[in-house]
Amino acid sequence: MRYEICPADILYTFGAYGMPTRFTHWSFGKQFHKMKLQYDIGLSKIYELVINSNPCYAFLLNTNSLIQNKLIIAHVLAHCDFFKNNIYFSKTRKDMVESMAATAERIVDYEVRYGKKCVETFLDAVLAIQEHVDPSMMRDIIPSPSIVRPPRRSAYEDLWDLDQRTIPGQQAIEMHQKNPKEPEKDILLFILENSRNLTEWQADILTMLREEMLYFWPQLETKIMNEGWASYWHQTILRQMDLTPSETIEFAKLNASVLQPSKTSINPYYLGVKMYEDIEKRYDILAKEASGRGEEAMTGREKIFEAREIENDTSFIRNYLTDDLIKQEDLYVFQKQEDQYKVSDKQTDAVRNQLIGQRVNGGFPYIVVDDGDYMRNGELYLIHRYEDTELDLLYLEHVLPHIHQLWGRIVHIETVLENKPLVFSYDGHKVFRRSK
Amino acid sequence: MEENQKSRFVVTEENWSLHRKGHQDQQRHLDKINEVLKSNLPDLISEENIILSNGKDMVKIPIRSLDEFKIRYNHEKSKHVGQGEGDSAVGDVVAQGEKKAQPGKGKEAGDQPGQDIYETEVSIEELEEMFFKELELPDLEQKEQSVTTIENIDFTDIRKKGLIGNIDKKRTLLSAIKRNAMNGKAEVAPILEDDLRFKTWNPVEKPQSKAVVIAMMDTSGSMGKFEKYMARSFFFWMTKFLRTKYETVEIEFIAHHTEAKVVSEENFFNKGESGGTRCSSAYSKALEVIKEFYPPTSYNIYPVHFSDGENMTSDNKKCLEHVDELLAISNMFGYAEVNEHRRMSTLMSAYKSIEHPKFNYYILQKNRDVYFALKKFFEKRTEGLR
Repeated sequence: MRYEICPADILYTFGAYGMPTRFTHWSFGKQFHKMKLQYDIGLSKIYELVINSNPCYAFLLNTNSLIQNKLIIAHVLAHCDFFKNNIYFSKTRKDMVESMAATAERIVDYEVRYGKKCVETFLDAVLAIQEHVDPSMMRDIIPSPSIVRPPRRSAYEDLWDLDQRTIPGQQAIEMHQKNPKEPEKDILLFILENSRNLTEWQADILTMLREEMLYFWPQLETKIMNEGWASYWHQTILRQMDLTPSETIEFAKLNASVLQPSKTSINPYYLGVKMYEDIEKRYDILAKEASGRGEEAMTGREKIFEAREIENDTSFIRNYLTDDLIKQEDLYVFQKQEDQYKVSDKQTDAVRNQLIGQRVNGGFPYIVVDDGDYMRNGELYLIHRYEDTELDLLYLEHVLPHIHQLWGRIVHIETVLENKPLVFSYDGHKVFRRSK
Repeated sequence: MEENQKSRFVVTEENWSLHRKGHQDQQRHLDKINEVLKSNLPDLISEENIILSNGKDMVKIPIRSLDEFKIRYNHEKSKHVGQGEGDSAVGDVVAQGEKKAQPGKGKEAGDQPGQDIYETEVSIEELEEMFFKELELPDLEQKEQSVTTIENIDFTDIRKKGLIGNIDKKRTLLSAIKRNAMNGKAEVAPILEDDLRFKTWNPVEKPQSKAVVIAMMDTSGSMGKFEKYMARSFFFWMTKFLRTKYETVEIEFIAHHTEAKVVSEENFFNKGESGGTRCSSAYSKALEVIKEFYPPTSYNIYPVHFSDGENMTSDNKKCLEHVDELLAISNMFGYAEVNEHRRMSTLMSAYKSIEHPKFNYYILQKNRDVYFALKKFFEKRTEGLR
């Protein structure tokens, strides 16, 4: 564990970039400006930032008081534990601090060689679809069905085969195999491997940014679990420490501000803590009952350690957010009705499903490449896997030109609007809409 | 593990003062905003909320190209999860949504595609600066320096003698300490007379420059709302621009149809009258006003006439005569014709033949032409001659 004490504007820089060594881009500057402004006018404050690496880095604000730092260190140690032990992080690179520094350097080098503007425009395009990678843990395990050829029977076999190949119909079927064979979730990878429009340096940047997204991905998928775990432990540890009354008050204040629930969103810190506490309580009771019967069962503490190892947010909610807890915490579903946002559902199933739905794919719409040679014209056909939530069409229409820039040919995306399938296309000049 | 428990963590505090990445990228973002503003200047100049801002310093300007576009869900149409205080019920209002513009209600509704736009606050001052950088006063002839001067007092000098009320305490103490230090001890006491320092002022003389804009507009029936709005934005920016060049800028509004009269700003932009058009009436009124209130020796005069170009043909000759007279005493005479379809108008056909370095005309077709008209009238020239 490495702790680094730094001033506010540095901490906010890291917060905006996600990593101290990340490459430079105006969008991070915009984010930094926004966060710093909120800090300057006292609206929000970041106390720390933890980085998933080996050794684990934690950056602490230099104005933190001693008791604040005690809480924060307990908090970041739990984050560190989570990074090291949660299964979804098992494949993340632990040398990403250095790797991102190298990426940043290479991007600067490209800027010098090809022009700042040129590189920036390309970064804009990649960042627009950066989340569309395939973080699946199984990706490398299940072999992709490659073309299986029967073993050769003789050295001249391919010559005999020439006769057979002249059957025209059969050949046509083989020639026009769809690419990708199965819908491809990793749009970045697909573009990288199939785009005819990328120069070497562009492919390099695309590769590096994809790598960065794969590194960040588990954090997007375990927000509630990770923050909940860290908050659970800072509470537990601080409550066991011998604090003076004034320290206790300061701790309680900070703790309350971190765990403040919200009417219009879910505070991952709060919900996470409540869920771990609930699991611990329920499994302690079960263990007690079991021991009464002379059996052995997991204690609550053991159970939460198990959960932090094998779950991510969606499975955590599905497996552990009980009806009782939803009622106890007064969770509800709300949506816009006319000009107001109103509570629309309090059924526990609806709440749970909505919460899971929001966390699927890190909260991003699920898009796949359906065809990289659409209309036999090298056009890119994407499909949005619609699950009852419509896309922001204005944004969609602005993203298409970015994808077009990467792909170099016409780009289509199919989605659903008001229960009707709809296709958006961009040909380099204009976005067209048509119903499918 | 057990033997070196201590080395398992490190606490460091580096010097971060050279780490400027966040600030640099923030600057890049601000530069991008300015780029967008600059490239949209013609459209921004005629933005309604600037022209009608009435002294507000900041205006909100939507900048769409600086959003970070991603494929994302429609927030308004999706469901969300929130948390109550234990007593929530179906139907409770959680938050106020943004009021949507009623679709299909007037022209304005079309300009507001929901809440998805990155809006930036821009001070009108900033816009002015950006815009006026591109403009210049036509450097035609040197006005006679006006006699009026104003006196200003500027404290610019430090002396050893002066009025005790103007004593410069800091400098006095410093010189006392310095002198005492030379004698061995760097302390304040004693303060000798030689240590005293006084602030002294110099009177500043500046010639006062005055300008007057004679805003003339055809208010006959043919001038509609659009035409008047164009005139309004034009005069808004023109007076603002002149104010950066002259200490005082006055503006006189002359409305005319067949007859001309001096009116208030309110009437000038809002009142419409019917009837024919005789532009010469406005010009003679302008000459009259100038003669009476704005002697050309002390005023820089800028008559600008807005019209749709429909003038009685019989009046054209008189107009030309008056324009000549005005040109003789003005710094610049501008004729702006609001003419959406670029048809040949009677007045324009007469003015085509005028060749005078102070005479400028521009035909405005769209909102954004206000910008180009101003640029034409106050063109930046490398040389004095065209």
